[in-house]
Amino acid sequence: MVRFKVNGAQRSVDVDGGTPLLWVLRDDLKLTGTKFGCGIASCGACTVYVDGEPVRSCQTFAEDVEGASITTIEGLAGKEAEAIRAAWRELDVPQCGYCQSGQMMSAASLLSDTPKPTDDDIDVAMGGNVCRCATYHRIRAAIHRAADILEG
Amino acid sequence: MYPMKLQSSAAPRASRRDFLKFTALAGAGLVIGVRLGAGAARAAGEAPNFTPFIRIGADSTVTVLSKHLDKGQGSATGLATLVAEELDATWEQTRVEFAPANAELYKNLLFGIQGTGGSTAIANSFEQYRRAGATARVMLIQAASKRWAAPQSEITVSQGIVKHTSGKTATFGELADHAAQTAVPETVTLKTPDQWVHIGKTFPRLDTYNKTIGAPDTFGMDVHLDDMLVAVLARAPKWGGTVKSVDASAAREVRGVVDILQIPQGVVVLADKTWPAIRGREELKIEWDFSNAESRSTRQLEAEYKAMADREGITFRSDGDAAAALSGAATVIEGTYSFPYLAHAPMEPLDITILFRDGKATLWTGSQLQTLDQGTAAAVLGIEPQDVAIHTLWAGGSFGRRAIYDAHYAGEAAAIAKAWGKPQPIKLVYTREDDIRGGYYRPMYVHKIRAGVDANGRLTAWHHRVVGQSLMIGTAFEGFAVHEGVDETSVEGIKDATYAIPNIRGEVHNTNVGVPVLWWRSVGHTHTAYAMETMIDRAAKAAGRDPLDFRLEHLAGDARKTGVLKLVAEKANWGAPLPAGRWRGIAVQKSFNSYVAEIAEVSRRANGTFKVEKVWCAIDCGVPVNPDNIRAQMEGGIGYGLGAILRNEITLTGGTVDQDNFDSYEPLRIDEMPDIEVHIVPSAEAPTGVGEPGVPPIGPAVANAIFAATGEMPEELPLTRKGLA
Repeated sequence: MVRFKVNGAQRSVDVDGGTPLLWVLRDDLKLTGTKFGCGIASCGACTVYVDGEPVRSCQTFAEDVEGASITTIEGLAGKEAEAIRAAWRELDVPQCGYCQSGQMMSAASLLSDTPKPTDDDIDVAMGGNVCRCATYHRIRAAIHRAADILEG
Repeated sequence: MYPMKLQSSAAPRASRRDFLKFTALAGAGLVIGVRLGAGAARAAGEAPNFTPFIRIGADSTVTVLSKHLDKGQGSATGLATLVAEELDATWEQTRVEFAPANAELYKNLLFGIQGTGGSTAIANSFEQYRRAGATARVMLIQAASKRWAAPQSEITVSQGIVKHTSGKTATFGELADHAAQTAVPETVTLKTPDQWVHIGKTFPRLDTYNKTIGAPDTFGMDVHLDDMLVAVLARAPKWGGTVKSVDASAAREVRGVVDILQIPQGVVVLADKTWPAIRGREELKIEWDFSNAESRSTRQLEAEYKAMADREGITFRSDGDAAAALSGAATVIEGTYSFPYLAHAPMEPLDITILFRDGKATLWTGSQLQTLDQGTAAAVLGIEPQDVAIHTLWAGGSFGRRAIYDAHYAGEAAAIAKAWGKPQPIKLVYTREDDIRGGYYRPMYVHKIRAGVDANGRLTAWHHRVVGQSLMIGTAFEGFAVHEGVDETSVEGIKDATYAIPNIRGEVHNTNVGVPVLWWRSVGHTHTAYAMETMIDRAAKAAGRDPLDFRLEHLAGDARKTGVLKLVAEKANWGAPLPAGRWRGIAVQKSFNSYVAEIAEVSRRANGTFKVEKVWCAIDCGVPVNPDNIRAQMEGGIGYGLGAILRNEITLTGGTVDQDNFDSYEPLRIDEMPDIEVHIVPSAEAPTGVGEPGVPPIGPAVANAIFAATGEMPEELPLTRKGLA
């Protein structure tokens, strides 16, 4: 039995310790907003926060998160998250949308650390998030837009 | 159950309950033009003008039923735009969901079956969905006329409100029940373009909201049904391989594994959840029989293709006398090009959920060719196609991968359900490795071209050979697309090239390889545009002409192509001096009846590789239904094509795929996405495709920029092969 918090709620799941957090979230907790894209931490579709830090949940294991506090796209909140969501909608960033949970998790984390990111900051922070629809052009614009929203 | 709000009126509904009630629409307010369930087929037979595309709820919500899969290309929003326009609905009250599988009601008018592809969603629906909206509008007016005892001529509809000249008003919801009982009008009058309030304007996509909250039940991968099992399938590592023996003892020991089954396609691990299924498969010990398998390497195939390119093929175009003109040309330019196999690699790997119970099957998946998915599952299960229901879900990309001539993954799911034999839902999941190694690739091709230029700098001759696997031969589409051995999709873009060249000879060799192949975003244009447009630049150089001027001189009869060329050149200020270390290339292609020209500006890194800094794009796609979505599709098409030409290739060693995930088949990432500017030609022509046409010009535009920088045209893709990317 592994115990941790997800989006503020205490949860416990009966899984092997080596089960990737991704599948615990998706299959045990039915939080399917976190996506399976590659399974090798190469695409970022499964990005969640563990104790506030973005991680790839496909390479984070149940035994690693005992007692941790996890945030998924379903629970992503706060002023950076709201600015990201608003900018994503304003610019209609998603196409297929499958990677966008992970993109927004990474983007909101970037803004928390760096409220006014440069293009280089964006390249570094978002480099691990693949979008096969190549919405990158709008992702970049939306992060800048979210930074403007935050600035007020 | 889920902490997020689903309050946006523009968002498609996404609660679990709504999802499961997808077809159980009885009592769900008013259904205009459609009585689903048993009534749907009957209605279609009785009333030819019936329009099963719109439902209006008591709360005035207008739900548009999209017959097309939306895999990111925005067509669901586009179809809703067409209905909202003629119905005079507000965007806020408009929603969209996917239609059930029913070819009679929901066929693609260009295919004759229900399916999405070829950038046809708007093109084939433009009149149909506007008519549906106009029909529903008339029925609302008829209901209001009766309620107010007033002539229809005194009643108007505007912004979601039905009004009488006296000032009385009613909402759609108030009239919906009544309206549905009124006669379906025989004819309707569509608006003229000057009356449009939605078409040509930009409204937010209807799926954006749910895609920014991680909404449940959006994608096929998200499906969770009570008592559901998850399946992964061990397929032969070479095409044509079969199972010789299986030792499943270790796999059965994995906690959560429920059973191991053998089906014609391989060995299935059934588990209670996804991870044990994946883990169980790792523990399978399978001995394969490769005696009938394709065991060649791509290196060997490429050599075979190049040898074939030296021999005469099947003629697909013969204008004048190319051989004579080549021997008389002042300059002859030659090029031999190699294009690799490409995986589509959509973000959502393939998945499909099946429930087979009491002789009827239900599928949940991002179905792109519903009629084929239905038919294939039915054939495997020994039932009738109409006994296979499909819940089409939003797809996490496709790029062609979900439009499969043999519906192989629906067939796999059906075989698993049949082998399991219990009335229990099963979700078949592909891992990324299954996706990358799974075939159905854009085929490998070799092109060999000789072009002749005369002393006046005019193209006089073009001899073009294409060598590669046909997409269509041997499929249900053969009769549709193959004529006298020529698969149109192998030669599109060459056969119909409009460059004024008096002597053209085109030949094709259809190769026989055991690797399954499939259309990949923009199909034949993925390679023909590259070959054509880079040869044009080489010919321009030989003629001593600017690449834009040379194109315009040879495209005088093609107003729409020259239109996009001139527009993109003007926007990019083509011909102006460039800063040191910057080079530009231009290319144009007509595909899916749309015209796209692109200019790429590149720089060179210290290590000799090139970076694409900026792309200007001009598109003429007829009436632009949703300009912002057109821009999005051009941006995405450019990024998708760019990633492939820079570094993507599937190679085989001894018949086994060398790549297996995003580390060895690495997609374009954000740091390599150029800045992009898209310009749309205003047009009153019928709308044409936008999902694919952004792709073809980017490869040759970049190659032509590299040619400008180095004087050498890249003939092998991807560019990483020669250290250019």
